[in-house]
Amino acid sequence: MTTSRAAAILLAKELRLEFRTRELLTTTVIFALVVVVLFSFAFEPTAAESRRYGPGLLWIAFLFAGSLMLNPSFAREQSNETLDALRMAPIAPFAILLGKMLANFVFLAVAEAILVPVFAVLYNVSFSGVAGRLILVLGLGTLGLVITGTVFSAISAHARMRELLLPLLLLPILTPLLIASVEATASLLAEQPELDRTWVAFLAGFDIVFLTASWLMCDYLLEE
Amino acid sequence: MPGSESALTQRSAISFVAEQIALGEPRANSQPSERGPAGNSIGITFENVEKRFGSLVALRNISLEIRSGEFVALLGANGAGKTTLLRMAAQLMKPTTGSVALTGTGSKSEDARGFIGFVGHSTFLYDEMSAEENLHLFAQLYGLSDASARAAEALTACGLSSRAGSLVRTFSRGMRQRLAIARALLHEPRLLLLDEPAAGLDRQGLAWFGTTLERLRAEGCTIVMSTHARNESLDLATRAVSLAGGRIERDSSTEGNPTKMLAELRSAQGGEA
Amino acid sequence: MKGRIALVLIAAALMVFSGYAALYVAPDEKTMHAIQRIFYFHVPSAISSFVAFFVVFVANFAYLGTRKAKWDWLGVAGAEVGVVCSTIVLITGPIWAHPVWGIWWTWDARLTSTFVMWLLYTAYLLLRGFLDDPQRKAMFSAVFGIFAFLDVPLVYFSNRLWRTQHPQPVILGGSNSGLDPVMGKVLLISFVAVLCITAILITDRYRLERLRSEFDELRFRAESREAERASKIPHAAREARVE
Repeated sequence: MTTSRAAAILLAKELRLEFRTRELLTTTVIFALVVVVLFSFAFEPTAAESRRYGPGLLWIAFLFAGSLMLNPSFAREQSNETLDALRMAPIAPFAILLGKMLANFVFLAVAEAILVPVFAVLYNVSFSGVAGRLILVLGLGTLGLVITGTVFSAISAHARMRELLLPLLLLPILTPLLIASVEATASLLAEQPELDRTWVAFLAGFDIVFLTASWLMCDYLLEE
Repeated sequence: MPGSESALTQRSAISFVAEQIALGEPRANSQPSERGPAGNSIGITFENVEKRFGSLVALRNISLEIRSGEFVALLGANGAGKTTLLRMAAQLMKPTTGSVALTGTGSKSEDARGFIGFVGHSTFLYDEMSAEENLHLFAQLYGLSDASARAAEALTACGLSSRAGSLVRTFSRGMRQRLAIARALLHEPRLLLLDEPAAGLDRQGLAWFGTTLERLRAEGCTIVMSTHARNESLDLATRAVSLAGGRIERDSSTEGNPTKMLAELRSAQGGEA
Repeated sequence: MKGRIALVLIAAALMVFSGYAALYVAPDEKTMHAIQRIFYFHVPSAISSFVAFFVVFVANFAYLGTRKAKWDWLGVAGAEVGVVCSTIVLITGPIWAHPVWGIWWTWDARLTSTFVMWLLYTAYLLLRGFLDDPQRKAMFSAVFGIFAFLDVPLVYFSNRLWRTQHPQPVILGGSNSGLDPVMGKVLLISFVAVLCITAILITDRYRLERLRSEFDELRFRAESREAERASKIPHAAREARVE
């Protein structure tokens, strides 16, 4: 069985599990909303300021919500040792990791799809005309987040204080991603919206580097 | 039963021998089987295996050759290393030193996992999915071509088809264990590893399990079963190996009389259970 | 043992000598005067921290390849010493910046990267603290360490790119161009001194970790033998954890 087919089967499984309980998705969306609202209490943004600080706020909300959402993904596999059942199946170990990454990406993407319009309304920011390019930036940034986040959730699943440990491990690693995503998003909100190619290339590079690293090291992550 | 079986046995014996010649593997004392991709059951060889967890030595000096078709009863007190040995055989962990090799598969390790079935201490089931969904998932992962049909078949066989759509979360202990065993047997493994499989089984489950073991035994599946409670399934065992302190204490194949050793051990453990 | 004492004495002597040189031999910098002398320890500490983190990377890689515990010990040693060196950089930086530019901190590429690097390797050490099983600890910290090391150039470049778009005062920029030859020599001496100390610290920490590991092993063996004797049943019963 090819890795991608196995990953697709596992993705379907994750989606089915999540669709049934919906706990992960709802809490992620609500938490991100809370962050967005809190920011509005912390400072009163005018329209110009919203355009300046908005991208940063948005991405911080995603980062925080994302790091909270990633832990349950692997923790779910621990209750009946289902992870071991997956490891015993004749599929590549990377398929397990990839399935989780894709699932996390879908969940976060859904959360973002809800959050970005809400953000646009609350802060009077217009994304019209740049929707397609925005989706590209959101996609690449979220991809980097879930790639590294899934790997670290596999690590923190075995550690104490895992809820605290995951953001601790993840957020420093993601600082380049944060800079690139925020700058790329900001360039789309400027007076003359233009997709900053350098940052988009940087994001793509980030994703490729860490996806490759995950692939090379996945055996070590999953072994007993 | 016997009549049809011998006819099948004869026919498959010929094709089986032909396969053996093609594979070039020396034949041991197992019975031929017409099921499974390779057509024959597989064995497992431990060579000087040691397993450490930090400073804890779980297994030491384990050299054991389990030949295809054997039914090995793995005995020993808690902490003797039975679970570690079985998990290692299931390819869930690698030895610290030494090697564990499957014999009779003739292919690389990934395919080999498809021939192994494992029933462990945990159920390996997703509580938030239904029985049918669980089996369907694993049928797909094991590359079975008609996943839904096989899942339904397995559910009928273990008597759970009436609860096929219920979440595993709602199952009783006995039902979960039945489903766990069904999961392990789904892909018709040629090497079955069982870690205290009867634990938690209800009456119906025990009966089904006993029958299933007999059938598998007759088909020539290699079985390694650990148990430390009195268990009728031990009657089917052809060999007994007991572990103590991570080492092999006794092996009936070296003592010459497996039934005698089994009887001894059974009465000894009967007191413990 | 004697070799080590000699090495420590040499390093100490070099340190004293470079301290003296930094304070008295090096000429006064024309705009920043005395405070600039901190540069003689700020820069070598920064370079030492990179060396230490490179050692961590090599150790992590080697551990994944060989699974030998000694690489894990080296990783921990390098990470701890690297964090210390980075801390020195992060403290001396603001001490230098404040009298010169009136600000304590600036988010220029180099300082920011050092800060993030400090965070990454502190996270590395914290991760080890939260993992109990020694094999998992070694394995997972090796994986994280490699990710962290891959991240460092990305951190640096993203900050550089960002800073070219939003320029800020650069702390170290001025002093690197056109260095006075005497200053250059003093810098070299303190560089050697700091590097010696770093090497000694790493080897000592490595030795400490090795001893700790041996001690744990011996203690465990003694405890199990004790338990065996006490209860007069075989070793098996003690290892309930295994199952």
